[in-house]
Amino acid sequence: MAPLTAIAVAIAAWLVIGALGLARARSLRAVRVLFPLGAAVAVVVAGVALAALGDAPDMAVLPLGLPDLPFHLRLDALSAFFLVLLGSVAAAISLFSSGYFRAGEGTPPGLICFQYHAFIAAMALVLIADDAYVFMVAWETMALASFFLVMTDHRIPEIRRAGLLYLVIAHVGAIAILLCFGVLQGGRGDYTFDGMRAAVLTGAWPSVAFFLALFGFGAKAGLLPLHIWLPEAHPAAPSPVSALMSGVMLKTAIYGLLRVMFDLLHAQLWWWGAIALALGLTTALFGVIFAAVQSDMKRLLAYSSIENIGIIVAGIGLSVLFKANDKALLAGIALTAVLYHSLNHAVFKSLLFLATGSVLHATRERNLGKLGGLIHRMPWVAWLALVGTLAIAGLPPLNGFVSEWLLLQAFLFTPSLPQSFVNMLVPLAAAALVLAVALAAYVMVKFYGVIFLGRPREPNLAYAHDPGPRERGALTALAAGCVLLGVFPTAVIGAIDHVNGLLLDTSVGAAGQSTWLLLAPMAIGRASYSPLIVLAVIVAVVLITMEVVHRVWHGRVRRAPAWDCGFPLQTARMQDTAEGFGQPIRQVFEPFFRMERHLPSPFDDSPRYRVRATDHLWDWLYLPIVRAADAVGRLAGLIQRGRIAFYLMYSFATLLALLFFVR
Amino acid sequence: MTFAGLFSQLLQAAIALALAPLLVGWVNQCRAWLQNKRAPSILVPYRTIHKLFAKNAVVADNASPIFRVTPYVVFGAMCCAAAIVPSLATELPFASAADAIALVGLFALARVFAALAAMDIGTSFGSLGARREMFIGFLAEPALLMVLFTASLISGSTSLPTIVDTLAHRELAIYPSLAFAGVAFTMVSLAENARIPIDNPATHLELTMIHEAMLLEYSARHLALLEWAAALKLFNYSCIGLALFLPFGIAEGADWLAMLGAAPVLIVKLAIGGALLALIETLSAKLRIFRAPEFLGTAFLLAVLGMLVNLLLGS
Repeated sequence: MAPLTAIAVAIAAWLVIGALGLARARSLRAVRVLFPLGAAVAVVVAGVALAALGDAPDMAVLPLGLPDLPFHLRLDALSAFFLVLLGSVAAAISLFSSGYFRAGEGTPPGLICFQYHAFIAAMALVLIADDAYVFMVAWETMALASFFLVMTDHRIPEIRRAGLLYLVIAHVGAIAILLCFGVLQGGRGDYTFDGMRAAVLTGAWPSVAFFLALFGFGAKAGLLPLHIWLPEAHPAAPSPVSALMSGVMLKTAIYGLLRVMFDLLHAQLWWWGAIALALGLTTALFGVIFAAVQSDMKRLLAYSSIENIGIIVAGIGLSVLFKANDKALLAGIALTAVLYHSLNHAVFKSLLFLATGSVLHATRERNLGKLGGLIHRMPWVAWLALVGTLAIAGLPPLNGFVSEWLLLQAFLFTPSLPQSFVNMLVPLAAAALVLAVALAAYVMVKFYGVIFLGRPREPNLAYAHDPGPRERGALTALAAGCVLLGVFPTAVIGAIDHVNGLLLDTSVGAAGQSTWLLLAPMAIGRASYSPLIVLAVIVAVVLITMEVVHRVWHGRVRRAPAWDCGFPLQTARMQDTAEGFGQPIRQVFEPFFRMERHLPSPFDDSPRYRVRATDHLWDWLYLPIVRAADAVGRLAGLIQRGRIAFYLMYSFATLLALLFFVR
Repeated sequence: MTFAGLFSQLLQAAIALALAPLLVGWVNQCRAWLQNKRAPSILVPYRTIHKLFAKNAVVADNASPIFRVTPYVVFGAMCCAAAIVPSLATELPFASAADAIALVGLFALARVFAALAAMDIGTSFGSLGARREMFIGFLAEPALLMVLFTASLISGSTSLPTIVDTLAHRELAIYPSLAFAGVAFTMVSLAENARIPIDNPATHLELTMIHEAMLLEYSARHLALLEWAAALKLFNYSCIGLALFLPFGIAEGADWLAMLGAAPVLIVKLAIGGALLALIETLSAKLRIFRAPEFLGTAFLLAVLGMLVNLLLGS
């Protein structure tokens, strides 16, 4: 079976699995079987796509849809790479879901099963769509399926509000994408992607298409200022859904952006890259600063997703900047970093969202201020989440570091650009990137330290326990992914290189001196990194030191109460809270926040401290839009008279106007 | 990777391990002299480490394994860095395992582990120290990157051996940009190594502590390893600074005889550097924690200035 056919069959299989779930909507036992089946299909998709990475683009036409508009499908290296991402991450999430969903909470499990599989199938269809029509159908199916999944607990008003916000922004973005395709076809009326590749855009039209794509896909990815739905929708959705949305769905937006910018548009202008770079870095810094002050664990992760998307888009910008200046190899390094980071983010963010799901199930608590000390109660989740935490904090030898290292290497070679201003500003952009990454480490120490370390802040945490074997298996697989992607970067880059070959006609793997042990994208003398050596040396030193210390001296340990400088009356409430841990960030980056602070008076018997840091953009951008929409709505209400004579008159006036214009 | 190369590699790491406490002892001695105190013996850090290894470890009741494994991980990361930084020779087998950026990542790994371990017991001072350490860390890293960026512009490489080769062995030129970057690097190193004016390594006032607050719950061998790791970190940072700005005298190649010849040069350079560090610590006062952004912001701007000088003047 050809790879493209196999993928199409897999999409159909997901839909069938979803329909079977729908047939037994209330049955939890059906769901326990159907989700692993979906996971198996996802593994097949990942495997087929991985094998097809190096193949020539394969196309097919399906006689589905409207009479004159068949479905055009295409599998090339870019689609295949994102299908690998989708398949591998979705497999782990499906396995986790099979143990996660319970009956009697919100939407019945069978219905969730249907929505979930429709969601995955739609994402896969987005990735292999080869005309605007299929793309938009799949894109909207994806948006609607995820909307219903976000609304799983629809009885809670905040969740309905979050879902509505998500739906509105998703559709604003979809309109921009539709318009973008309209521009791309160049007046020829051919909406297949092949037609768009053949179309010649002149004048300002390529730039218009670029901005529409940036807006439309940016709305899905969570770029500033359209990020607003992410921190609302992610906490509202069940954890596997958050993982799927954050890990995979955001990447479909990255896929769309890459498809339009590098494949459908012929030439790139350098200032597009500059804009994308600036926007990406602003988003990254904004996301991570807000993540640092959150006290809801899933909201914190949502803001962290905004940060990572910002880093990815900044990388795309850098790649465009190089491509426009005919530096294909550097563009390739930047693009490699983009794809690598997309994959990394999919793996570690899913891992962390699923871990929060386990914590949420075990404690029924999302608020960091009421957690703590869970490493003693939930060792599996805690240790696996530690891997994800270190990976997302960008620490060697795990995977987050590799992509950030590659991106920084690409930044370091910008002085070869002809635009001298850009040359001087881009190093500052690299500093902004490092600031974002260093802040991410701060955020993740807060996340991990407050949830899993310290002492339990509430008595009922003593009843928390590890999840079942399916959840543990899924978490272990994702954690192993973090380690493997981090330790064998050359293999991953070899796979990504097929995409470089497709989009940029260059090869990063062949140009450098990388070996299986050593990553050297240019030459070993210029920059090199070997995570395996680093890991081996650290592990060896740890083991040898332990052995030597125990042999030469001794290994005696005495357990005693914590010392804390001799302070006798310690309670768990004296630990740093999430608010306390975020306080330096609130202070340093104060202009970013709109702060509401309530400080108790010193004479208060039962003092309560309350602080709320919210987003300026909500007031400055969204509320005016809401008010304007409201005002327009009210004006439109003026013509609504409720009497048939008026409406007849309107029809008559319209007819007259049409006659006047059309004649 | 030859046997001789591996031997040179182990030799460099061993010399770093052996010299690191001596450097700390030397700085303490110089500082005592400058402050008109009777100086402790230069060997005190060794004795402290030995004493601590011999003691029984006391671990808090609710400590998790993270708390107990952290000293080893931090020590391991610092040893790994000591093997990679070209302190004595440039062409060691592990030198290509991490360039300057990856080294920064390695230090960040040690910092994150230390911060997590500090939060593990759940005491107020521990989490306070963790928070402040991470705070200083994220302020210092952009400045450090700009320094590395400026230094790498000259040789077109982020690999420390190449930078050393370019500056020390290929051409003799004076780079004004490196002067700015050198000052910035010094400021960042002070912050990263918990020295005055950001942190006070000799303080016993809990509320002003940063690095020491994270170690409050540690005792015996765990504390010994962390103290040793801190000394190694100072040693590593000094050697990175020397490699970037004063790379003269580092052996080219991996010949162990040449390395032994390079060792006296390194010791002289470290002695002068340590004395300067003691002087800086004596002349300045500790800053309030919220003045740290200004201090590190200055370092960042200096590094940016260095980079602009390089880009504008081409030198």
